[in-house]
This record gives sequence, structure tokens and C-alpha cells, in this order.
Amino acid sequence: MANTDQAEPTRRDFLYIATGAMGVVGAGALVWPFIDQMNPDASALALASIEVDISAVEEGQSISVKWRGKPVFIRNRTEAEVEEALAVPLSDLPDPLARNANLPADAEASDVNRGIEGNEKLLVQVGICTHLGCVPVGDAGEYGGWFCPCHGSHYDTAGRIRKGPAPENLLIPPLEMVSETTIKIG
Amino acid sequence: MAGHSEYVPQSAAAKWLESRLPVISLVRGSFVDFPTPKNLNYFWTFGGILFFVLIAQILTGIVLVMHYTASTTAAFDSVEHIMRDVNFGWMLRYLHANGASMFFIAVYIHIFRGLYYGSYKAPREISWILGVIIFLLMMATAFMGYVLPWGQMSFWGATVITNLFSAIPVVGESVVIWLWGGFAVDNPTLTRFFSLHYLLPFMIFGVVLLHVWAFHTTGNNNPTGVQPKTKQDTIPFHPYYTIKDLFAIIVFMIFFAYFVFYLPNYLGHADNYIEANPLVTPAHIVPEWYFLPFYAILRAVPDKLGGVVLMFGAIAVLFILPWLDTSKVRSGAYRPLFKQFFWIFAANAVVLGYLGAMPAEGIYVIMSQICTTIYFAYFLVALPLLGFLEKPKPLPASISESVLKGGSGIPVGVAAAPDTK
Amino acid sequence: MKTMITMVRSLAAVAALAIASPAFAAGAKVEIDYQNWSFAGPFGYYDRAQLQRGFKVYVENCSACHALSRVAFRNLAEDGGPSFTEDQAKAIAADYTVVDGPDDFGDMYDRPAILADRFPSPFPNENAARASNNGAYPPDFSLLAKARAPQRGFPGFVFDIFTQYQENGPDYIYSLLTGYVDPPEGMEVPDGQYYNHSFMAGQFISMAPPLYEDSVEYTDGTPMTVENYARDVSAFMMWAAEPHLEQRKKVGFRVMIFLIIFAGMLYFTKKKIWRDVEH
Repeated sequence: MANTDQAEPTRRDFLYIATGAMGVVGAGALVWPFIDQMNPDASALALASIEVDISAVEEGQSISVKWRGKPVFIRNRTEAEVEEALAVPLSDLPDPLARNANLPADAEASDVNRGIEGNEKLLVQVGICTHLGCVPVGDAGEYGGWFCPCHGSHYDTAGRIRKGPAPENLLIPPLEMVSETTIKIG
Repeated sequence: MAGHSEYVPQSAAAKWLESRLPVISLVRGSFVDFPTPKNLNYFWTFGGILFFVLIAQILTGIVLVMHYTASTTAAFDSVEHIMRDVNFGWMLRYLHANGASMFFIAVYIHIFRGLYYGSYKAPREISWILGVIIFLLMMATAFMGYVLPWGQMSFWGATVITNLFSAIPVVGESVVIWLWGGFAVDNPTLTRFFSLHYLLPFMIFGVVLLHVWAFHTTGNNNPTGVQPKTKQDTIPFHPYYTIKDLFAIIVFMIFFAYFVFYLPNYLGHADNYIEANPLVTPAHIVPEWYFLPFYAILRAVPDKLGGVVLMFGAIAVLFILPWLDTSKVRSGAYRPLFKQFFWIFAANAVVLGYLGAMPAEGIYVIMSQICTTIYFAYFLVALPLLGFLEKPKPLPASISESVLKGGSGIPVGVAAAPDTK
Repeated sequence: MKTMITMVRSLAAVAALAIASPAFAAGAKVEIDYQNWSFAGPFGYYDRAQLQRGFKVYVENCSACHALSRVAFRNLAEDGGPSFTEDQAKAIAADYTVVDGPDDFGDMYDRPAILADRFPSPFPNENAARASNNGAYPPDFSLLAKARAPQRGFPGFVFDIFTQYQENGPDYIYSLLTGYVDPPEGMEVPDGQYYNHSFMAGQFISMAPPLYEDSVEYTDGTPMTVENYARDVSAFMMWAAEPHLEQRKKVGFRVMIFLIIFAGMLYFTKKKIWRDVEH
């Protein structure tokens, strides 16, 4: 066959290439359902947002709620905690970004940017250490915030990483105050 | 499988690999350079089609398991979860469910091709026997897979089929209780069926490799049944049969896709969309279509043990088939009398399938008995006697000669219609 | 070649019969009043307005006894369904009460349903349903349109392969809902049961005729007849049982076109490769 290829290359090559390309397209399209089936399904996506009643959370108390299978810490901070967080110069922070899903990605990690506008004492964050995914312990660590026992990461009273291997501040999920006492997360 | 490759490794890496694990020459010898008779018709593509369907079933099965829960309280819900919520879940499940039927359609054509062209005869007995083993494994796999959705037909199918074993004298009852892991089909039965349903396809895959190894050792049969004699009789597997098989697979996929997308529930039972209820049996219990001929044989005998023995005998007889057929001529194309019996047998198999779906009463029982007799008579009476009674047509001297003289099935000297293939 | 053609023909006949034989299974004769469904055939789709009307019939007429437990409120707003807006679906959900919990004190509590919830069932379990319904169990609607299939008989089931007839379920449900006719003369109808010439499980059904003219208000001008109610609720039930039907047929069409073109190209490639071989 090799010889005749030279004689009339275009028509034959075109058929082979077109058929081959068609096969590649088909295989690609066939693979997609097999990949997509592992993505979160419709019932999981429907649970992507929850509403939480926070009226019973007194000052200095925390609750944990489950959102997308992870704990979310909701803490009603004391005045002292807020002041302590406000007093930290930004240059002391290993991670200078707010990591707040409700703000632009480059927002700086001030306490104001970590909190909720008009409700500064309230701190809502995903309770997953940004190092390797353990759940930090509250009211612990050298900075009076959270401490992750797995590998020794210390977070301050605004949930910002201060010491240890974790690279980022605790993540703040998308949230919205639906009413005075209800937060919608997600 | 190897031995047919003239492959000589060129690059240093290929030489390094070849001297340690000759996998390249093995694959080339089996699926690239392998000398294949040049006159194989489209019935020979069903081997490739079956391989494709096996892989498709394994792949869709593996992803379905990611969402399925094997528990009597959750199985039905998890299947509905797949159908409603999982991304493309409906497609994957319909592919898998209809894929089982496609597997059997292809395997029945494959088996009938072997029966017609004498592919079971020496020297291919081992390949044939391995094929029967694959068929048995397929039936076990399909049956256990059908139980997993835990619908009404799943439950009652499992109950009826496992109860077949209670026909075994003395130990039957104990065997059935052992199969169930309880005193009825229940959670332990479901979980063990799930485990085995996942295991068996990989065993099928292993036996398929042996099946291919065996006929690659003897060489393929072909429509004339005449062994290749010279190099002119064969062509390399690649590209000739790779492209032909691929074309056939895509055509088969059109047929497959038609059912998956337009008639996804046509081959199933409506009752299986009702969750299993151990207190109520559906009005009409029928197995899936591919079991119907055997189901008819089971019910042809009014005796419990007798029916079970006959049903398993219907498959067991296939194991000794290579020694039942006494004819010296391999291909049915050169056996005028055999041909007639073959078509009676094929029609009889269809009628048995029809009878399997009918209620076991009145005329249907008598017809089942007649058809069961014909089924066994074909193997046990017709094939042994035909070898002595029949005068076969003259065989072509070689594959090339038969090809030059006309169509694959037309003997030398007979005016042949132009080959339009 | 002749042998091969005979063989192909015979095998095709074998296959057609073998595939279809389950449909042979005998059953009592039931009257089926076949309808034209928008979702039939290769380009079938759900009529949005019909599904919305059918949903209304379900809610007002059927939901007191029949559950819809596999359908979630979010499904009402999904593509390929009744296509309510998300706000409409939320409002529908808010009308239902679901049990959630336990709360901080360990108690279960009621709350309005949200989109992620599935339709709450009218009875806590089958026994309760039977106790309230004279011993009969009103079946869940989620899968009913796929769980009921009257026999098609020969040769209908063979033609069904080519006509793609898959609407046994809605045809049956429509027939049942409109099948409350006067019993044949001299027939005794047991107390608490009703004669229905379309019922598959016998002549008498425990469900009283559920639909009456003008009992559900249609706002889109569709005549408020029993036939329309029955047709709309049957369509709605088909959607509830097979919510991805539209997507399935759309994807299927693309797949078929692709495969046919690809097969054609492979055919010519194969011919080209084989052109030097005598075979």
C-alpha cells in the first residue's frame, strides 16, 4: 500500500484522517459521562446551601453546623476577642489575604474583612484546617483562637493562621444574613 | 498466541523490553500480524463485538457501583438515585441493563455461527468448551445482576432460580439455605450476589483470553471449514480485520444505542419498577428473554428434579458436542442434510423461547415437550447419525480457490451468484 | 452468499422474536384507550403546560392518598420537567411540611419544605395507608408510569420496536382513570369497590372514580373535562417516573447521527483497505 500512497495521497489520506478524527471525537464524547458521573449529583448540589438560626448563640459561645459535609464554626466573639484581632498589624500575618468568599480574592486579611458587615462580633468560617483538612479545636492555641492538633497550626481570634504549617487563613464560606437571627450559608 | 510475529525490535528501549517481557511481539503476533483466513464473513465479527460489549459492561458496571448500595433497604432507592440525580446516571444504567441483552444477542449469533460452520469440531474443541464456560458464566452474571435493583422481578427471579437447587436429592434444601444465607432471599443473598456479580465478569475476561489463545493456536475456522494451506489463504489480522471488526462494532452500537435511547425499558419488565415485596408475587413471572428457551425446557417436565436436570443438560450437551458430530466435513455450507436439521434446530430454539414466556399450561406444555425433544434429538441423534448418512458436497481445494470461484458458501463447480459483499 | 443471506434473514427473525417474547406473557384483557403523547417517538418532549396542569390535578385530586416520594421539589424547576420557576417551586415546597431533626433537645420537629426535600408522603407507612383506605394500598406515583405495562400481544410487540412505543404506562393510567363504566348487566359489584374495564389486576378496583368535571380549575383555557384531567395527570406521572426522557432522546439523536456517519466512513475505509484482497 505504501507505493500507491505516493500516487494519490490526498483523497485516501483524507478518508483515513477524517475517520480517525471522528473516532477520537466519539471516544472523547463517550468518556465524558464516565467522568461527569463522579461530580456531585443533583441531590448533593441541592443541599449546597443551609440556613442557620443563631439566636441562641450567646457572646463567647460557638456552634458547629454541617455544610457540604464539613463543619462550619459560627462564633459569637467577645469584645476582647474582636479588639485583639483588630490590634494585629497586617504585617504579622503569614497569609495576608482575607480568604472570604464574599469579598474579592485580593481583599486583605483585616478583622473587618473577616467578619460580617454590621455584625462584627460574628465570625463564620469553614472549620477545616487549611493544612491537610483536620478540624481545629476552639478556644485553644497560642493566639486564643483555634488550634489544629494534627500538625500544630495556630489560628487567632479572627481565624487567621499565625503559626504552624497551614498556608492560609480559615476559609469564610459564602454567606448572607437572611434576618437578624438567621444566616444563610452557601 | 505468539509465534506469528516477524517483529524485530528496533529501538534500544524496545529491545530492552523484548528481552525481558516479550509483550510487544505477543500482541503483534496475536492481533497485528496474526494470519487470518481471508474469507471470514460478517458473522466472524461477533467475536470482536462480544469483546467490546464485555468491556462496555465492565466499565459501566464499575461506575454504577460507585453509586449503588447493596442492601435490601437501600438498593432500590440507590438505583432510582442513579436514574434521577447522578450526572448521566440514567444513561449509564440503561447502557448496563440493555448491554446485558446486547451481550446475549451477540453471543447467540456467535454460538449459532459456530454451530453452522462446525467451529466446535477438531481441532477447536477446547476453544468451544471454553466458550460454553463463558456462556455459563455470563448466565450466572446476568442472573445475579438482575437481582441487584431489588425490584419485584429481581426478588422473585432470585427466589425461583435459587429454588432450582432444592431439586437436588438429599442436600437440596441445605444447599438453597446456604445460597440464601437465610430462610428466604434476603439481605445476605443480595450482598453475596453483588459481590459475585462484580467478580464474575473478570473471570469471563480471563476465560475469554484462553478462548482466544486456543483458536489462535489452531487458527481461525472459516466459512469453508478448509484449513488455510498457503500464504495466499490468509491475511494479517491488522489492518484487515481490525477495520472490519471496528466497522461491525460501530454498526452494532447503532443497534445498541437505539434500545438505550429510544426503547430503554422494552427488554425489561415493568414489575421491576416496583420495589421487592416478599409477601406478593407478581402475576406473571418470566425470566429475562435470554433465559426463556432454557426456562421452557425446565417447565416441559412435570417433575421438579427432572426439569432441572434437563435444563442443565441442555447446556451440558454443548460440552460434548465436538464428539457427537461425526461428520468429517466441518462447514455446514457443504452439508445439505445437516443444513436442514440446523435450521429446524434454530427455529426450534426460537419456539422454545416463545414457550418460555407462555404460561405453563395446556397446549404450551405439550409444545414445550416436543420442542425439548427436538432440541436434544439434534445433538444426540441427528448429529451422530448425519456423519454416516449424509453425502457432503465436494470441498474446495483451498480458501483461495473458493474465493476465486465465488461466494464463501458455494462449492466448486456450482454456478455461483456474484459475490456482492 | 445465498446461505449467508438466508442465515441473516433467519437470524433476524429469530432475534426479533426472541427479544420480544416476554411480551407474549398472557394477561386478562384490559381496555386500553391509546392517546397521542407529546413525549412519544424519537423527538418526544414534555408539554410544559400539560405537566403543570397534571401537577395541579395530582396535588388537588390525588395527593391525599398517593405519595410522590421520589420526586424532589427542586425537580419541578429543572429542565425537561414542568419548568416552574425556582420561586414558584419554592412556594410550592413551602406549602408542605416535612419532619426534620433531631433538634438540640433531641426532638423531631416540623418545618416547611425546601427545594432539596422530596414530596412528603400522605401516610407514614403502608399499613397506615391501608388502614385509611379500606385495606387497599394507594401506590406511590413516582414510578407508576413505568411500573404498569399492559400486554401488547403479537404482533404488536414486534412493531413496537420500530414505532418506539414506550407509552404503555401513561396509556394504561389514562385508560384506568377514564375506565369507570357501568358494569355488564347482571354483574355484582362488591361493596366498596368499583367496576373498571381497564384495571389490570381484576375487574373491580378499590379506588372510587377520582376525577370529576370542573373539579380542578384550569387557568389556561384547557377544557376542564375528566379526559383532560386524566391525560394531564398521566403525562405528569410519566415525567415523575422518567424525568430525563427529553435529555435521553436529545442525546440519543446526536449519538445516532454520529454513529451512522462514523459507520459510513468506516465502511469506506474498510473497502479501501480491502480493495486489493480477493475475498
